[in-house]
Amino acid sequence: MASLTTSKDVQSVSGITVRLAGDSGDGMQLLGTQLTNTSALAGNDVATFPDFPAEIRAPRGTRAGVSGFQVQFASEEIFTPGDTLDALVVMNPAAMVTNLDDLRHGGILIANEDGFNEKEFKLAKVDSNPLDANVLEETYRIIKVPMTKLTREAVSEFGLSTKVADRCKNFFAMGLVYWLFGRSLDPTLRFIQAKFSKKPEIASANEAALRAGWAFGETTEAFGESYQVEAAELEPGVYRNIMGNQALAWGLIAASKVSQKDLFYGTYPITPASDILHELTRYKNFGVKTFQAEDEIAAVCSAIGASFGGSMAVTASSGPGIALKAEGMGLGMILELPMIIINVQRGGPSTGLPTKTEQSDLLQGMYGRNGEAPLPILAPQSPADCFDIAIEAWRLAVECMVPVMILSDGYIANGSEPWKIPEMSHIEPIKVSHPEGTAEDEPFLPYARDENLARPWAIPGTPGLMHRVGGLEKEAGSGNVSYDPANHQHMTDMRAAKVARIAERIPPQQVSGPDNGDVLVLSWGGTYGACHTAVSRCRANGHQVSHAHLRYLNPMPANLGDILRSFKKVIVAELNSGQLRLLLRAEYLVDCVGVNKVQGKPFTVTELVSAIEKQADAINGS
Amino acid sequence: MSTLPVLKPADFASDQDVRWCPGCGDYSILAQMKKVLPELGYPREKTVFISGIGCSSRFPYYMNTYGMHSIHGRAPAFATGLKTTRPELMVWVITGDGDALSIGGNHFIHALRRNLDINIVLFNNRIYGLTKGQYSPTSVEGQVTKSTPMGSIDHPLSPLSVALAAEATFVARSIDAHVKHLGETLKRAAAHKGASLVEVYQNCNVFNDGAMAYAQERKQRADNVVELEHGKPLVFANGTKGIRLVGTHLEIVDTADVPADDLLIHDEKDPNPSIHMMMARMSYPQMPEPIGVLRAVEGVPTYDDQINDQVHTATKNQGEGDLDSLFTAGDTWTVE
Repeated sequence: MASLTTSKDVQSVSGITVRLAGDSGDGMQLLGTQLTNTSALAGNDVATFPDFPAEIRAPRGTRAGVSGFQVQFASEEIFTPGDTLDALVVMNPAAMVTNLDDLRHGGILIANEDGFNEKEFKLAKVDSNPLDANVLEETYRIIKVPMTKLTREAVSEFGLSTKVADRCKNFFAMGLVYWLFGRSLDPTLRFIQAKFSKKPEIASANEAALRAGWAFGETTEAFGESYQVEAAELEPGVYRNIMGNQALAWGLIAASKVSQKDLFYGTYPITPASDILHELTRYKNFGVKTFQAEDEIAAVCSAIGASFGGSMAVTASSGPGIALKAEGMGLGMILELPMIIINVQRGGPSTGLPTKTEQSDLLQGMYGRNGEAPLPILAPQSPADCFDIAIEAWRLAVECMVPVMILSDGYIANGSEPWKIPEMSHIEPIKVSHPEGTAEDEPFLPYARDENLARPWAIPGTPGLMHRVGGLEKEAGSGNVSYDPANHQHMTDMRAAKVARIAERIPPQQVSGPDNGDVLVLSWGGTYGACHTAVSRCRANGHQVSHAHLRYLNPMPANLGDILRSFKKVIVAELNSGQLRLLLRAEYLVDCVGVNKVQGKPFTVTELVSAIEKQADAINGS
Repeated sequence: MSTLPVLKPADFASDQDVRWCPGCGDYSILAQMKKVLPELGYPREKTVFISGIGCSSRFPYYMNTYGMHSIHGRAPAFATGLKTTRPELMVWVITGDGDALSIGGNHFIHALRRNLDINIVLFNNRIYGLTKGQYSPTSVEGQVTKSTPMGSIDHPLSPLSVALAAEATFVARSIDAHVKHLGETLKRAAAHKGASLVEVYQNCNVFNDGAMAYAQERKQRADNVVELEHGKPLVFANGTKGIRLVGTHLEIVDTADVPADDLLIHDEKDPNPSIHMMMARMSYPQMPEPIGVLRAVEGVPTYDDQINDQVHTATKNQGEGDLDSLFTAGDTWTVE
């Protein structure tokens, strides 16, 4: 089937930021995912930000029930889903009033006018039709479309009930958005055929709605022209679009393959980490075993049991679940068994904001266990980076015989970006060895140490190496229970040194921009994109600003102290109240200025630029 | 053909000094375990003991097998990770009344209802020993302990009832001092394919001495304990008394007064746990307490078998997974 082409004028632009907002049952997440994939396939760089309520079906039509999906697609490399919107699609008044502030002046507002009636005004708690406000016409380009009515007409031939027919209206909206931004319908048509293969009448209706939306754009006089975003110049290679949790799951499987270890994943459902379980459990033919435990504690303990048996063991959760796993993590640490603990962070404390992003579990990861129990901590910087981080975490875990923590977050987990697909043969193997015996009459020493201070990973089933491990302090070497004061000091020191020495083997910290000067912006985890973009903009504005982004949080790279001391001012930007800043001050005695936010939302580039420039200006006395 | 070495109880002893209080019932259980394991003929290196926290949970340190002394109440969860990934290992969970029924109640019931092929031995002394004498979830009502100076107001929990409610496929009880019975019961548990629970009445001679003397002391035992045997009537007091099922409850009868057919015949293989539950609820002093195997239902799929079967089935149907193919499946694009 040949792609449809518009006969209207086409304006070429470098990038577009669109947000699709509607009721949580309106299919906005699906619409957003499709627009993202289609844009990625068109060769654009893409970055996404899904934003939805914690309730599965929050009260219909209310502000609390609004579900949104933001995507930026561009012909240049981008690192964020964009600050202000070029276009906003709203399906009801609640979606409009909660999102309009983010639409730039002169931006396009597309509204499903059938969703704007007295009943909906009441649900959205607005006095009158927000589409009638006079100021709107002066500020935005407003396109009112009777989507419900047009969708019903488009699907009338399929004899669906009104309720089912109305569910097709997100595809109508999609068709219109595709026309506006010159997107091909083909990938979504393929998706519809695959998704509804068992319900051909629904497939046909959705296809009809999609085409009707496109045709509406082509014929309506409301749009004089459409927009075209050319392909971005990315590094050569084969790409696909990938979400953070998916990349993490695939990275874990890849780590299991390159280490020739079967993967055991013990977990308990929790937002926003559950999708890792959903993804992994599909890949049993890769030797993956998933265990949905009775609680968070059982999840971490099952992973330790699997590790004791010689498997690649992983558990994952979000902040509240990690709190429950604390005692288990401490045991894994003192047993000195390799495993991965993933925290997909969300707004806290307690239940907090389950579907919103935050970076406020850094100190929990560092210190959230009783006793002296340091663990290595890594943080992916973007959705695709989750793949590499998972492999790196397992490499360190095995090399040091220690549980390694990964701090992802809700923004990375649900966000997506193009991923340059690696070839498995190019991924460095992870060497794992299990001792097979000792020389005649020589006792086995389960807590002897190698050059990395790691102990041998002797597993049950090996004759002659029977030994007992446990949470009581162990005698160096033999592993027997020991209450000896000097031994406890020694073992505590060894366990800490083992983690600290990782700093000597990881890559030195890179700095983007000059390696000394006025201002260094230091960031970690999911804020990479926003910080990178903000620093570039500050430099373009004539400020002397560099950027360093940490992927290794514990230990930090060996050269970090020198870097921090090479700048007049260090700004630490993070989505918490200053947790990394606290660590840096304690470790390096370097004063740092915090740029902090805990609103359940990622940084915007604009707010970072303003914060950075304020500090830069202060140095120069202006 | 090479012959396997014949192991003796001493081969299962680790080089660590046993540190339970002199006179503790744990010694007897340890001795029986060392005696039973060689008879099972399973290699030491394929045997793993996992425990939680408490006096009983020091057990793995004294066995020359693989072992893990884990954290309070969670031993079944560690066992789940180990057994599902290494189904060829024989995994024992050693726990106590506080460990399994209080802090670890959740893991206890879930390991049982999943029918994970492990053996749980629950040392029940009806007291917290390691923390020096607080009441436990199995302490009797009114018991005066350090934490209950006016007597416990908690209604005690029966490990057997909890296990039966979870529809455990093997549920048994034995007594530390009744060594022959204990050894046989452990052997039955080991032979069972699926989750097994053995509750062992264990005397804490420091903090709760004689709490179960009615069952532990040889002279009292005959009158207060019914030794269950599959297919045999429930009798005690040297055969002079028996148990009869009347409607939905059990009653004591003089065997001389009723026809033998009237007595309840024990059927450990009955998939319906209702009668087993009635037996589990028989408690001293109103009723004699049952020991032996209450329930042994074979042929129920085990969790570890099923999790591995799914992996095998998926691999058979879809072929061994290939990551390069997975990564490039679906929508991709090439940048030149």
